[in-house]
Amino acid sequence: MDALDLARWQFGVTTVYHFLFVPLTIGLGVFVAGLQTAWYRTGKEHYLTLTKFFGKLFLINFAMGVVTGIVQEFQFGMNWSEYSIFVGDVFGAPLALEALLAFFLESTFLGLWIFGWDKLPKKLHLATIWAAVIGSNLSAYFILAANAWMKHPVGYEVVDGKARMTDLWAVLTNSTALAQVPHVVAGSFVVAGGFVLAVAGYRILRERNATGLIPRKKDFSDVTMPMRREVDMWRAALRGALVMTALAGAIVALTGDMSGQLLHTQQPMKLAAAEGLRHDTAGAPFSPVPGIEVPNMLSLLAAHDPNATIQGIDDIQQRLVAQFGPGDYVPNLPIVYMSFRVMIVFGMATVGLAFLGLFLTRGRGRRARPVPTWFARLCVLALPLPIAAIISGWLLSEIGRQPWTVQGELLTAASVSPGVSLTEVAISLGLFTLVYGVLAVAEAVLLIRHVKAGPDEPMPAVAPDETDRRVPTLMY
Amino acid sequence: MTTFWFILIAFLWTGYFVLEGFDFGVGALMPVLARGEAERRQVLRTIGPVWDGNEVWLITAIGAMFAAFPAWYAGFLSQFYLAAVMVVLGLIVRGVGLEWRGKVRAKETPLVDAAIVAGSVLPAFLWGAIFGNVLFASAFATVMGGLLSLGLALVHGAVFVALKTKGPVRARAREIAWVAGVVLVPVVAFALWRLDAWPAYAAMAAYAAGVGLVWAGKEAWAFACTAVTIVLTTAATFLTLYPEPLPGLTVESAASAPYTLTVLTWIGLIALPGVIAYQAWTYWVFRKRLTAPEVLLESRSA
Repeated sequence: MDALDLARWQFGVTTVYHFLFVPLTIGLGVFVAGLQTAWYRTGKEHYLTLTKFFGKLFLINFAMGVVTGIVQEFQFGMNWSEYSIFVGDVFGAPLALEALLAFFLESTFLGLWIFGWDKLPKKLHLATIWAAVIGSNLSAYFILAANAWMKHPVGYEVVDGKARMTDLWAVLTNSTALAQVPHVVAGSFVVAGGFVLAVAGYRILRERNATGLIPRKKDFSDVTMPMRREVDMWRAALRGALVMTALAGAIVALTGDMSGQLLHTQQPMKLAAAEGLRHDTAGAPFSPVPGIEVPNMLSLLAAHDPNATIQGIDDIQQRLVAQFGPGDYVPNLPIVYMSFRVMIVFGMATVGLAFLGLFLTRGRGRRARPVPTWFARLCVLALPLPIAAIISGWLLSEIGRQPWTVQGELLTAASVSPGVSLTEVAISLGLFTLVYGVLAVAEAVLLIRHVKAGPDEPMPAVAPDETDRRVPTLMY
Repeated sequence: MTTFWFILIAFLWTGYFVLEGFDFGVGALMPVLARGEAERRQVLRTIGPVWDGNEVWLITAIGAMFAAFPAWYAGFLSQFYLAAVMVVLGLIVRGVGLEWRGKVRAKETPLVDAAIVAGSVLPAFLWGAIFGNVLFASAFATVMGGLLSLGLALVHGAVFVALKTKGPVRARAREIAWVAGVVLVPVVAFALWRLDAWPAYAAMAAYAAGVGLVWAGKEAWAFACTAVTIVLTTAATFLTLYPEPLPGLTVESAASAPYTLTVLTWIGLIALPGVIAYQAWTYWVFRKRLTAPEVLLESRSA
């Protein structure tokens, strides 16, 4: 165990952790903005209730995304100084642009949105949440463009042992980025969709429990009117999430296909590792789950030609040794292989759930079909699926890139900060793990508490018995 | 071009220290400024809508260092590794604390408040300590630098609260601002004298004026003076750093190639005025002084 190993662990832990919150921020932000838009256009009260309810969940999560993101920006310099010096000229540019063009927009306008309900005209207030979510999505674009450059470096030349940018436009329109950005952003919408499905499903079950509808009756035509409206409200939220998940799911599949083809030409090792393909194979098969093989399928997926030759791990390794000298150029095979499958199976299951839900709850107005109780339960249970899928996708993408930080240019082992000791990294890794662990529990508790409490709860901590005795007498 | 980018990065750091300077001060002084829950909310509400936007100045400064001077960025953060870790951890618990405070139960707020205070004090001290160490490479300079940045943040924050509130909190903030201002005179005077650049001497004058003005009850002018103090102190720091922002590393040798700097200059020159405009507008929207009861009744999504 040396400083490099720990630095890698730290980067992995902090990045995956950061990436737990970011997709939810990206997708849920747009969902909340959509709800508020619906309220603005229709004036229906339940849209406002939902905006505030999901807005609160969004903000709890947003905080974590922001603060864990700071670590990411510092970490390249802290732990990967050799990498930073090598790539800064190219890689630093999208990061600087992300801060300047996206983060300022996101955080400034979110501040206006949170505190601007009484201070801004309705329309302007609506515009602030849209500005904030545009910022979030824009930041995804810049950071993924930077990330894509690591896998498929373009628009640069190497001068004096450093990458030097020759074309910013090429960096920003990197084919890998153009496939990866919509894939990850749409994936984020699926995650947020799955989250809203679980929350709405839970609320539906709860309202029905409260009215004794479960388990005695199947339809709820005799439910009293206010309660019926509650159920309708959550049905609306659920339907919104179903549409979002289904649409985003289609984009994920489409761009996943694009990414697969790019892997075939740009990162053959990652593709081979994902399938565990040992040797160059014409008409390579694909096994959706270990043990089952669909002949020619991998060739068809990756090259859109059932007889295309897919390069195999051992053969690529030999070619890389010939090109770059002795070394092990194979990523961690079991992780890459498994994460590829988890991503596909869990991701497709989530999207399948969305299409099923759309069918079950079809119809509008008086013919609107109620959400079946079993489906609401399924939505709650399915919560981990999209999260596991998107995290696996990330693991596949980043572990599959090893041992390179910049494909074909810089090895991970050569990227680490030479001056940072094992002890220092051990301390930071320990501290990050500890703080992150505590915060993860806290975030989960806060989210669950607010979902359970539901909308329209009284303002927390203002209950007279809980406030400082001296204050109310002075105030009221 | 490299000089221009050095100035631009100094500008971003300056923006960061001026803006988050008062955020840090407000966070650190919150338990002292407020009596009871309503006043604590009133104090935190002064920075509620803006602190996150202020923090982006840091993100942008660091991002710009990465893009324009990769070796400076890498050397700066890897040499001060554990300090950077502590800064980041401070910013984490503070940010989460500020966002979550309104969403936890009453009995949990002391814990959140502790996170806000610790997360404000720690980075406010460490930034000064880091720059003090870069400049003078001694333990004493490190501590003095830390005390200077923390002290300036406290005074700046107290003046900000005095400017933004009404009622008992305002009176208390004014008192704390000038008392702390006077107490810190030896630290500020020594540290600025040690910096020995013309803006540092001007900063001393601005500081004295700020403390005097807050004592006289001219809060807006006092705030302008403490802001100018931080601007000049940062300017003196970067002036002294130039052209060697880290020992043995020159700006020229750390810089990115002209192409990168040129492209980023154009984008920066177009975008930055817009950013400043909408951030200024935010302060305009929330320009009203706050009272404690009003803050309790306010409707917001938090």
